[in-house]
Parts: sequence; C-alpha cells; structure tokens
Amino acid sequence: MNQAPNRSSVSLRGVEIAYGPVRVLDRLDLEVAQSEFLVLLGPSGCGKSTLLNAIAGLTEVDSGEIWIGGRNVTWEEPKDRGIAMVFQSYALYPRMSVRKNMSFGLEVSGMKRPDVQRRVTEAAAILQITELLDRKPSELSGGQRQRVAIGRALVRDAGVFLFDEPLSNLDAQLRAELRTEIKRLHARLGATMIFVTHDQIEALTLADRIAVMRDRRIQQLGTPHDVYMRPANKFVATFVGSPAMSFLSGHITEGRVFETSTLRLDLSGYAFTAPPSVGMPVDLGIRPEHVVLAPGEAAAIPARVELVEPMGSDLLAWTRIGEAALTVRLSAETPVAPGDILPLMFSTRRLNLFDAQGERL
Amino acid sequence: MVAAAKRLRIGSRLPAQIALAPALLIALVLYCGTTSWTVWISLTSSRMLPNSVFVGLRQYDVLANNDRWLASIANIATFGALFMTAALTIGFLLAAMIDQKVRAESLLRSVFLYPFSMSFIVTGLAWRWMLDPTLGFEKLLHDIGFADAHFDWIVRPDRVIYTLVIASVWHAAGLVMAIMLAGLRGVDREIWNAARVDGLPTWRIFVFIIIPMMRGSFATACVLLATSVVKLYDLSVAMTNGGPGIASEVPAKFVMDYLFERGNLALATAAATTMLITVVVVVAPWYHWQGRKARMAGIA
Amino acid sequence: MSTPRASRHPSGRRPKRLSPSRVGLYAFLLITALFFLTPLYVMLVTSLKPMAEIRLGNIMSLPAAPTLDAWTTAWSRACTGLSCNGISAGFWNSIRILVPSVIVSIMVGATTGYAMSFWRPRGAKLLFAALMVVAFIPYQVFIYPLVRIFSQVGIANSLAGIVLVHTVFGLPTMTLLFRNHFASLPLELFKAARVDGAGFWRIFLQIMMPMAVPIAVVAVILQVTGIWNDFILGLVFAGRDNLPMTVQLNNVVNTTQGERTYNVDMAATLLTALVPLCVYFVSGRWFVRGIAAGAVKG
Repeated sequence: MNQAPNRSSVSLRGVEIAYGPVRVLDRLDLEVAQSEFLVLLGPSGCGKSTLLNAIAGLTEVDSGEIWIGGRNVTWEEPKDRGIAMVFQSYALYPRMSVRKNMSFGLEVSGMKRPDVQRRVTEAAAILQITELLDRKPSELSGGQRQRVAIGRALVRDAGVFLFDEPLSNLDAQLRAELRTEIKRLHARLGATMIFVTHDQIEALTLADRIAVMRDRRIQQLGTPHDVYMRPANKFVATFVGSPAMSFLSGHITEGRVFETSTLRLDLSGYAFTAPPSVGMPVDLGIRPEHVVLAPGEAAAIPARVELVEPMGSDLLAWTRIGEAALTVRLSAETPVAPGDILPLMFSTRRLNLFDAQGERL
Repeated sequence: MVAAAKRLRIGSRLPAQIALAPALLIALVLYCGTTSWTVWISLTSSRMLPNSVFVGLRQYDVLANNDRWLASIANIATFGALFMTAALTIGFLLAAMIDQKVRAESLLRSVFLYPFSMSFIVTGLAWRWMLDPTLGFEKLLHDIGFADAHFDWIVRPDRVIYTLVIASVWHAAGLVMAIMLAGLRGVDREIWNAARVDGLPTWRIFVFIIIPMMRGSFATACVLLATSVVKLYDLSVAMTNGGPGIASEVPAKFVMDYLFERGNLALATAAATTMLITVVVVVAPWYHWQGRKARMAGIA
Repeated sequence: MSTPRASRHPSGRRPKRLSPSRVGLYAFLLITALFFLTPLYVMLVTSLKPMAEIRLGNIMSLPAAPTLDAWTTAWSRACTGLSCNGISAGFWNSIRILVPSVIVSIMVGATTGYAMSFWRPRGAKLLFAALMVVAFIPYQVFIYPLVRIFSQVGIANSLAGIVLVHTVFGLPTMTLLFRNHFASLPLELFKAARVDGAGFWRIFLQIMMPMAVPIAVVAVILQVTGIWNDFILGLVFAGRDNLPMTVQLNNVVNTTQGERTYNVDMAATLLTALVPLCVYFVSGRWFVRGIAAGAVKG
C-alpha cells in the first residue's frame, strides 16, 4: 500500500481474564516488537484465542493493561485500536459482495468513497482477488473466502494484524499455499502480526518468535529454532515436533552420567542450565532426527525395531531400548526391518534433559 | 471456547440496554404487574369494581362451590383427556404413514395441516353447522336411509363436549403431525438401516426405537396441546356458547363471563389464578427438562 | 452389455408395489384426508346454495344452481345487531389492526432477540425466562388489569390499544424466533463487524437483518395468521369501531333475527378464513417452518 509504513508494537502487562470462577488467562506479560511475526501456539482451550480477542478488544480483561503502538488501549473499542483481524470461519458478511465486505469498515469510519475504492482495488490486486470483487461470499471457494477475509483486514491499513486460526478450515494444500502468502504479505507490509494456531508446522514456518501456551500461561517464548531445539519443558518438547520427541527415564550418577537399567550415557557435552545433583531422576528427550546409526561403534546402544514407516524422503523406525520407546528418523535407503537390532548413538549437544517437574535442566 | 462475547464495555452495551427497554418494560409492567394485580384482586372482595378489602382465600372457597366453575373444570378435564389422546394418536399415525415415502406427500400434508391455519371461530362455526341436528349430518343420515339414526350430540348436554373434541382434533391434528414429522425426519437414517439389518419388523422399530427417540417431539406436542386446552375459549363461544345449559362451559369462558358480564371480579380473577397455577404446573417440568437438556448440550 | 450380472439381479425380493399393508396405509390416509376436507367442502357448497335448497337437500349434495348471492349478502348486507352492512367492515378493521400489529411486533421482537443474543445486556436472561413462561399463560390472567391500565392511559377501545396488545402478546414468540436465529449465527461474524467499527444498530440493520430475511418471512406468516385469527383480544381491546372480522363473524352468525341463513353464515365464515388460507397455501413449506419454529419453544 502507499501509506507510510504503519507498524505498532504490542505489549501486554499483567493481563488476567476469567469467566466468572473459570480463569482463562493468568497474569500474562508479553512484548511484541514492531514488525514482528509472533505465533501463539497451543492446544485448544489453552487461552490463546482469548488472548487474541483481548488484544482486539473483543473480550474485556479483568486486570492488567494492553498497549498498542505506545498507547494504552485497554479500554478502547476494537475499531480504535489500529488492529485488523482475520477469523477461522472467515466471517464474511454473507449478504454483501466481496467489494462491500472489504469496504464496509472503511465506510463505517467515514472515509471518502474514492479513497475507499482505491484501497479496495489495491488490496484486491495484492491478493489477486480483483476478479472476485463483485461476487457474493457464497460463490467463493474456501481458499478464496480466506483471501477476501485477509483483504478485508488489509484495507484497514492497521499497525497490527491478528489471525485467529485462519487456515484451519482449509485443506492441506490450500493451507500451505496461504501460509506462504501470509508470510510474503508480512515481508511486504512489515506490519506486526499475531497469529494463533494449534498447528506447529504453521508456527515453525511463519514465526519470528513463538509463544507456546498451555493452561492459561505462556510456557516458552522464543525463536522457532529455540523452541524446537531447546524446549523449556516437557510439554513444549512434546507439543512441537512431529513425530514427537522420545523420552528415556533414568537418573544422574557421579560424573554427569545419565543411567537407566539398560544404558549409560556420558553427558559431559550437555549445556546444563543449573548443575544437576547426583541421583536426581531425569527424563532424557531425543528427537528422531538426532539419532545416528553407528555400526561397529563399541559405545553404540542397541535398539530393537518394532515398526518401520516409510515417509518418502526418509523413514521412521519405531524402536525400543529395553522397555523405553524411541523413534528414529533414518534416510529412506536404510535397509531396516522389524526385529532388527540397530546400533544407535546420540549427539550429546542436542539432547534435552528434564527434571521430575518437567522443567529443562 | 467458553462463551466468547463476554462482557463488552459499558459504553458499547448502552444501546443494547436501550433496545431491550421496551421488552423489559412490557415484561415488568404488562406481564408481572398485571399478573400480580390479578392475583391480588382474587384475594379481595371486589365485585363490579376492584376494591382492596382483603378476604384471603375466600373467593377460592366460593369458586370451589360454584356449580358453573365445577362444570367447567369437569368439562375441560374430559375435553383435555380425549382431545390430547386423539390429537396425539392421529397426529403421530399420520406422520408415521406420511413418512413411509407415500405418493403426493406434500398434498397430504397440506390437507392435514390447513385446518390449523384457520381460527377457532371459523372452526367452531363450520362444525356447528355440520352438526346441526335438523339440517346437518343427522339429516344426511336420514336421507341416505338410516331413518332412526341420531347424531344430535351438539344439543345433548351429555354429549356436547365430544363435539368440541371432534372440532378441535380436526383443527390441531395437523400441528401434531408436523411436529412428529419433523421428529421422525430428525431420526438418523442409519438407525433405520441398523434396525433393518437386525431384521426387526417395522412396528417394532417404531415402538422400541423410534418413539423413545422422539421424546422431545412428544413433550413439545403435549405441552402445546395442554396449554391450548387451558386456553380453550373461542371454540366454545362459536360452537355452543357454553350450552346447552352449562354443558360446554370452560374455565376461560367462566373468567370472561364473570369479568365482563356478571361483574364479579374477585371470583373471575380467582378462576384466572387457578388457570395460571395449572399452566405453571404443566409447563414447569417441561421447561426444567428443556433447560437441563440445553445445559447438557452445552457441556458436551 | 458390460453391466455385471450380479447387479442386474439383486438377490433380495423386489418389494411389491402394492402389498396389503401399503393398501391399508393409503386407505387410511385417503379416508383421513376426506375427513379433513369435509368441513371445507360443506362450507363451500352450503355457501353456494339458496336457503330453500339447504332445507330440502342434505349438506353434502352439490348445489343444483350455484349462486354467489350468499357471498354478496355476507360481505355487504348481513346484519350484526341493528346494522346490516355485512362483514366487510370487519375485514377492513382486521386489515387496519393487522398491518401495524405485524410490523410493530416483528420490529420489537427482532430488536429484542438481537439485543439478547449478541450483546447480553443486564437482565436479558431473566427477561427471556419471563417471555418463555408468558407464551404459555392464558390471556385471562392479564386481561382485566390491562383493560384498566389502557383506560388510564387513554388507549382503551382504540386501534393503538389493540396494536399494543398484539405486540405485547406476540413478543415471546417473535423474540424467541429471532433470538434463536441470531444465536445460530457464527459469533465471529459479530466480532468482525465490531473490528470494522460497526455499532449496535449498524450491525443490526446492515449485517444481521439482511441475514434474517427467511426468519422475518416466518415471523410475518406466524403473525398474520395469529393476529387475523385472534378473537378474544379483538373483542376486549379493539373497541366497538374496530371489531376485527372474527368478532363480527361471530356476531353475524349469533344475532341473525328470525330465520337462520346458513348459506350466508358459511359464506361469511369462508370470507373470514380466506386470508389465513391464502397465507397457508401460498407460503406452503414456510408455514410449516413457522409452526415448527413457533412450536418448539426454548
């Protein structure tokens, strides 16, 4: 668009929300920088949509403050907050044409007709929906509807874009397509974007930073790489990544050695956040792709293959070390069959250790 | 998610409050206000004009010894029992049969439902003419050879209530059919298929599977019919005007007559209050059940 | 033919087109249908016969020489009490009552239902419960105090009075109808409109009402038939000059002096039934939807 770049930071300070006795958000602090793409990731019911609604001004907060673009907007109407929003069900006005859907908000705000039309035309061009402008929403496919919904947000020329699971009603192919579209849009507009999803792939591909939420709290806030490689706790470790991280239960012995009934592992290369005490029970988390085959290596750990899943580009071997389950990602050509014993080695730097409370060590 | 549009800010809720004001005013003044007033009058000794001489439940005592009121109660009880049984049975049978993929389904539905679109006055006058003992069906029976046949129920005190039943079943059976048909169509086709695969005969599927699944439709139909029984007024006025004698008097008519013709406000309002209590007793369990169902659906 | 043999010869018996149970089914439906049609038929043939033929023949026989005399008499010359102007006056009274009552009651009901569903203002739940109860209560409970209040306010026996009464007693059904409709719409639509900056009335008029057109049609059908067919409210609240058609019809039939003119009675009855019958046959499935919506309260 032609307007001067319009970017706002978003800041939540001690935001609390409850529906009667049911708490939905615990004192929550969150800083979103100008032009940042932040993804709120979590299972349904974790409070992520409520958080987004609070930023939009669609849900009242019980305490705390919301700042957008350096202004305290806690008690302002949604329209005055400088935000635009895209919804899961598209929420297009069914009796209005695409053009009218996109111009409605601008007309409400009292903008002059030529300006409205210019903005609608521009936004439609960006999203390649120009030829749809005179259709009704019922005449559009799901992907087209969501493009229109994004277009409706685009014309508002807002400093902050809020996305409430915008892709989850689409099929897999359209989802990927619109995902890249949104990423491209972010690069082009430079606007701040906050995106709610329960899909970790969306989170990893889109985000500058991810806030993983569960039980009314942010569990971890960090770059996709951080969240994936150094999950803050067992929940984040399990929720992000597919197939999920495997866990071996054991304890720490003298000399920083991880020990279970069937294996011993030297942890000297592991970056502990705090020095572990001897004898403390820990869970060792291993991602499938952080396991390597080490034939002929004396220190290799033998794992019995139970099931093999070819994935095209690679294959997954579901194995057991003693009783503990371990998923291993191998190259597609690896000759492996159920019943085989694989000699495995782990890269110590890429391991994840969690204490009995599930917190990262 | 939990009910999401929770509280909106006061500034934006004000128009909603204003928009609701007429309805609130109506509810407070014209529903609650008038109901309490009616109940209050029934506790006074008011005759032509309302007074505030409190006499407790004396009017209800008078009412309990009033022949006309007792006849009204007896009439409405007979009428209600027969009417509800007949309307439910016929309505359900019609719905079940129409649901068997019959020809001219929509024509049949129209035929069964059209009486419901007409007023009780029209219904009453039409049946009163057909049941006319000199020129109506009785004459038809005589003309086609049954010289001794009698069909003079409308002028016989011991039979007149049945004529009201016939007319109102004619009026309401289509409504029951529509409700039941909606209920039947709401039953998953797979249930039928599963029962067929199990080899159950049609009537068993109906009795043991379908009817229990249609509890809601039956409850709705029952409540609607029951309240229409309590409200019964126009039909009695148009068809028999309560006669012969007081043989087809009904409570609603009793109230109207004592309010506007006989000038006994307290007795009339005592009767109205009795009707109110009856309705509450009928509706409350159903309302509770509906509410519970809604809450369960909300949780699920 | 490439069709596989098996599919051309299903293993089960093809159901017989007319099994005995099918015959019984159709017989029952046919007889019941005739029973349901009889009153309409009798009214019609009676209204087309002269009185002499009615006295001599039977009620089922077709008119020997159909005549519309009874219809014109009923419309413009039938007597109620002392005046003999037919029931045309009642027809026009009913129209004058009907039009404003339908409009006002639907407007109030739609607004109330909308306010309740999205905005949930204070008192909405209690109000809704009250409306649900009132829908079932006989008018006799409210009537006397209403008459007193109306005469205090100065709208007793007036058009304004009867319109208000129809609005008041139409409110439960209308509110329920619209509330249920709005409650079935996705909440995100409402949120989108809020983000777009639309306020209470703009969301109502520009977004919600255009989507409520089918429900509005159902509401019109319900209210037109309901108000047209009303007797008791018109009798008590409309006043002598505004008596609706149903009340006039009852007067015509009950106050005929001397010989009873059944043909005129039946013509007048049919005339009164004409409007709801037309609504019913024109609206077809919508009427059923209306009943279903009005019937399934709560």
